[in-house]
Amino acid sequence: MSDILSYTFMQNALAAGVLVSLACGVIGTLVVLKRMVFISGGVAHTAYGGIGMAFYFGVNPILGALAFSLGASMLMSTIQRKTRQRPDTLIGVMWAIGMAIGIIFTDLTPGYKSDLMSYLFGSILAVTQADLWMMLVVDVIVIGVAILFFKEFQATAFDESFARTRNLPVDLLYVILVTMIGLAVVMLMRVVGLIMIIALLTVPAAIGSLFLKNMGKIMWLATGLSLVFTTGGLLLSYSFNLTSGATIILVSGAAYLIALLVRRLCKRCPDE
Amino acid sequence: MTYNAPIMTPLVEIKDLSAGYTDEMVLKNINLSVEPDDFIGLIGPNGGGKTTLFKIILGLLKPKYGTIEVMGMAPDKGRRFIGYVPQFTFYDSDFPIRVRDVVRMGRLGPKHLFKSYTAQDDQVVAQCLERVHLSEKAKMPIRELSGGQRQRVYIARALASEPELLLLDEPTINVDAEASAQIYELLHELNLQGVTILLISHDLNVISSYVKTIGCLNRTLHYHGEKEITADMIKDGYNCPVELIAHGLPHRVLARHEEQPQ
Repeated sequence: MSDILSYTFMQNALAAGVLVSLACGVIGTLVVLKRMVFISGGVAHTAYGGIGMAFYFGVNPILGALAFSLGASMLMSTIQRKTRQRPDTLIGVMWAIGMAIGIIFTDLTPGYKSDLMSYLFGSILAVTQADLWMMLVVDVIVIGVAILFFKEFQATAFDESFARTRNLPVDLLYVILVTMIGLAVVMLMRVVGLIMIIALLTVPAAIGSLFLKNMGKIMWLATGLSLVFTTGGLLLSYSFNLTSGATIILVSGAAYLIALLVRRLCKRCPDE
Repeated sequence: MTYNAPIMTPLVEIKDLSAGYTDEMVLKNINLSVEPDDFIGLIGPNGGGKTTLFKIILGLLKPKYGTIEVMGMAPDKGRRFIGYVPQFTFYDSDFPIRVRDVVRMGRLGPKHLFKSYTAQDDQVVAQCLERVHLSEKAKMPIRELSGGQRQRVYIARALASEPELLLLDEPTINVDAEASAQIYELLHELNLQGVTILLISHDLNVISSYVKTIGCLNRTLHYHGEKEITADMIKDGYNCPVELIAHGLPHRVLARHEEQPQ
């Protein structure tokens, strides 16, 4: 085991796991408690459009993904809040259109493009030093904002209309939150790929909220679980020569099923 | 008008107000004045505009016609003096949070941004939990409380903002008869301590024995500060809920009111 740690790509991958877990724990908890899982999935998939366009125009794909993911966050959250009729349909359609744009622009781009797969399915082993710096910046922003507005995020997630009657800037807080989701998507894309982001973002927090009663503690547990899933998945994928992103997601999924089962059994006990 | 003597003005003043979400008016020509120390129960059928009236008072919906003032101000300014207790069916009953942290939300506001809760906040929160007789549940997760206890937590949260007026939307919906009586008992207590209360419900039977005055809301409002629902109110075609008539003579329904302290 110790020999694989001597590879730079492995060190980078493990570091990426740590950095990604911090954002996952914080944002994932807010996403789960505020019931924004579907929007997050939509934002993640739409980001692929940005990658396709960036390839076509010869721009850094990360920038393309960032632009599309922030744009999609804004648009989808506006739809979610301002449309009275079936916001989920509109978001679902945008989700597919985003992917389609990415694929069409990929078709139009001449030359070798297997690299695009890494954005869809992730490639934690290909994380570079520059990626790590980007992840660190996202972490600092996300954690800073979460600490700054912790009690307000909690209040709006629990009962938005009450928060509004207390004259809290509910709409601004929402915009801040979807922006953070957009940032997290770009970061997680490198690790598990756009298609599977939704699981890594929500599973650790979902497990946390099954067992804990306090948003702050759920964030901590979700961060820890996320670290276990990424590291465990990475080592498993290395040992059995499997795709790392998919292995990480399956480890998370298995843990979630076990957690649901344990929770169900626990309910029968008088003590929690 | 300066905001020096809020006690002298009505807490809520609604004049000739109509409102709705589309061109159809859910509320028509409403006039209502809530005075200090009032304990008003408004009854009306579902779809009669009860929740819409609350949205108007809280500044969450703008009226189409007429005026509304809260503490002599526009509702979105004046609502900070209101303690709002929403219908708890709206909540995620599984949300992981402790009772004390829910009540603390009553202390939030624009001035509290970027600040943590102070010792004074915690003191107010503790007092509010005591007023609703739930001090010993402070550290419990809210999802382990019964429906009636949970409703009292939301009343404590509203009290934590030290309001001039409590606004309750169907406080006893999904609560059993005993818990429902406890909630009204508590509201009665709070009213005696000087809290003004306006509540809406479709449950006339319980309201009747606790509130000071009662009105009917079914798109239009019939409220003149009466203590009883009179046969006239019903005859005038205000379409009060059927249960009202089903329990004996209409004008006798609320007659057991003499012992009510003034």
